[in-house]
Amino acid sequence: MFMKKINKTTRYNMITYAIVVIAYAIVMLLGAAGHISSLMEGLLVPLCIYVILAVSLNLVVGILGELSLGHAGFMCVGAFAGSFFSMCTKEAVPGGLRFLLALIIGAAAAALFGILIGIPVLRLKGDYLAIVTLAFGEIIKNLMNVLYIGRDEAGFHFSMKDTLALGLSPEGKAIINGPQGITGTPHDSNFTIGVLLILLTLFIILNLIHSRDGRAIMAIRDNRIAAESIGINVTTYKLMAFTLSASIAGIAGVLYAHNLSTLTALPKNFGYNMSIMILVFVVLGGIGNIRGSVISAVVLTLLPELLRGLSDYRMLIYAVVLIVMMLFNWSPKAVELRERYSLKRLFHLTTKE
Amino acid sequence: MKRFLSVAVASAMVAAALTGCGGNPSDNSAAPAEGTQNSEAPAADGAAEGGAASAEGGTFRVGGIGPVTGAAAVYGQAVKNAAQLAVDEINAAGGINGAQIEFNFQDDEHDAEKAVNAYNTLKDWDMQVLLGTVTSTPCTAVVEKTHEDNMFHLTPSGSAVESIQYDNAFRVCFSDPNQGTASAQYIGENGLAKKVAVIYNSSDVYSSGIYQTFAAEAGNQGLEIVSAEAFTADSNTDFSVQLQKAKDAGAELVFLPIYYTEASIILGQANKMGYEPTFFGCDGLDGILAVEDFDTSLAEGVMLLTPFAADADDELTQNFVKAYQDAFGDVPNQFAADAYDGIYAIKAAIEKAGVTPDMSASDICDALKVSMTEISIDGLTGLGMTWGADGEPNKEPKAVKITDGAYTAM
Repeated sequence: MFMKKINKTTRYNMITYAIVVIAYAIVMLLGAAGHISSLMEGLLVPLCIYVILAVSLNLVVGILGELSLGHAGFMCVGAFAGSFFSMCTKEAVPGGLRFLLALIIGAAAAALFGILIGIPVLRLKGDYLAIVTLAFGEIIKNLMNVLYIGRDEAGFHFSMKDTLALGLSPEGKAIINGPQGITGTPHDSNFTIGVLLILLTLFIILNLIHSRDGRAIMAIRDNRIAAESIGINVTTYKLMAFTLSASIAGIAGVLYAHNLSTLTALPKNFGYNMSIMILVFVVLGGIGNIRGSVISAVVLTLLPELLRGLSDYRMLIYAVVLIVMMLFNWSPKAVELRERYSLKRLFHLTTKE
Repeated sequence: MKRFLSVAVASAMVAAALTGCGGNPSDNSAAPAEGTQNSEAPAADGAAEGGAASAEGGTFRVGGIGPVTGAAAVYGQAVKNAAQLAVDEINAAGGINGAQIEFNFQDDEHDAEKAVNAYNTLKDWDMQVLLGTVTSTPCTAVVEKTHEDNMFHLTPSGSAVESIQYDNAFRVCFSDPNQGTASAQYIGENGLAKKVAVIYNSSDVYSSGIYQTFAAEAGNQGLEIVSAEAFTADSNTDFSVQLQKAKDAGAELVFLPIYYTEASIILGQANKMGYEPTFFGCDGLDGILAVEDFDTSLAEGVMLLTPFAADADDELTQNFVKAYQDAFGDVPNQFAADAYDGIYAIKAAIEKAGVTPDMSASDICDALKVSMTEISIDGLTGLGMTWGADGEPNKEPKAVKITDGAYTAM
């Protein structure tokens, strides 16, 4: 019985990996045959980014059972840290190695902020994490808008006022330029790296879930008092899951920053709405269902672009589709209907206790 | 078995999504590929139809990108409307060398990532010339792509320096540094003031960009910046602190490189405080007289450096404003004027270069980036506009002053 159960989860995980690999293979084949439109080609990296974000947020929301509304904030930290590093070492370090280092730095920076926020907040019960992460996301965005860092032969200059206050020599260059952000980040992201990072993310998170630590984290979600009573260190495990989630969001941020030549902290890309959008991916894909997050992130990112033909009604229809999908996934009647037609296997992880 | 089914369904979904919009190669010579494409993916009808239309020739495909949803929608909408207006006028008058223009405008939600998606959509539509994007940050992202593809790129209003950093890109509006420098020079040369205060939006690229170059040029013009106070998009309702500082520092002139909504509040609050310096702004202030519930007498004496004023009395402006109002019901702003001029600039450049609609986007670009520097057009935003190889327009910045509730040229 026990063996069979292990096999079940392993097989389930393998299918998740397989979906990603098969999707990658299909895209590569179509690409080689020249059947991918420019739009689709441009969307490949963003798709990877959103999948990584959704999966990492699912760790906090679904597995840890805490609400985080500042996931875009961690992405922002990772994006700026990674991009800043790449800008500084543009000439000094060759492309591949530089991007790898940028990914590590972005992940580390986001993890650092995750720890800083997690230590005080995760000790508390209740919805405090939601409130604090919400504030964090907004603060980071505004902080990036007043941050000026420049470099000349004398070293780095830092200011919170404007570029003139940096006092750069004529050869110096402002790297982070307040609201104008970072311009000219090398274009290092590509679909293959994106898919490798998705697989890495899935590997880390799926393994964590099915490890001893993962079971401890889920125990805290299900009953904090019971978990505490059997000697699980609640804060440590919460912090572990939260920090991991933040650092993976940081990786997604680095990927984002190296996909576009311009990086600015606007409400549109790193604001509250973005955090909510990632949360929507998670909720629609099924809370705690990692594979669901992957699929819903892909579908919901593609949808508004595929609806471009409807021009003015695009966003309206997108919203309607969201509502319909939400009803289909979560309303009791729809759940009943689904179960009657025995598709529940598709969602079997969510219903499993 | 059921699990296998679920996997099959999921992968079918992914495959359908991919093939659904896959298909049409980005270049123009798509005609031979079309047969295979239709047999491969019946869902790609929309894209395939695009390929067929351009193959028969006779229409230039001009794409536009800008925000028509979200916070900056008003600018994108203005550009979309005005560009459409210009295209319709040109088509009605017989097109460019007999070829009609087809205009397709895509939404970018004022987001760099979405702008690249919009650009790729237009590429799938076989766009030959790009008019866009409307806002600076998306433009900086898109110019990278147009440079890669060698696509002719003319932005009506993307004013950041990097927005047109390659030789295939041009713009209709002034760049941010250009506006900042021009403002400082204008104030200095006309002796408007010695002590200047600046109130700017530090969270906005446009505003902080102008401020930085203004501050750099102010020293050369013998201006003293006695106070430079910032606000952000989150704190744009109360300016009494900034105004008080400017007043205490004895500023004779307050420079407002911001948009008109905030400026209207600043003017109202300054009036309450009994502070009456000269207010000086850039093209962002255009539209201040149209703000609802705004007492236009407060704006009396405000000067702004703008290439376009909707109530200027030259014939071109009058006709444009009238046509725009008839078609869309409101008064066009400066973005609309830039877009209108942009379409006519593209027309002039195409005529000069003698390119034809059956050429590929890359060949058109090679021809247009030469001819663009040779044309001179009389547009809404300036007479005798010419372009340098760096893509910057050469036109006189016009300063207008608000007197008796109307813009008057100075």
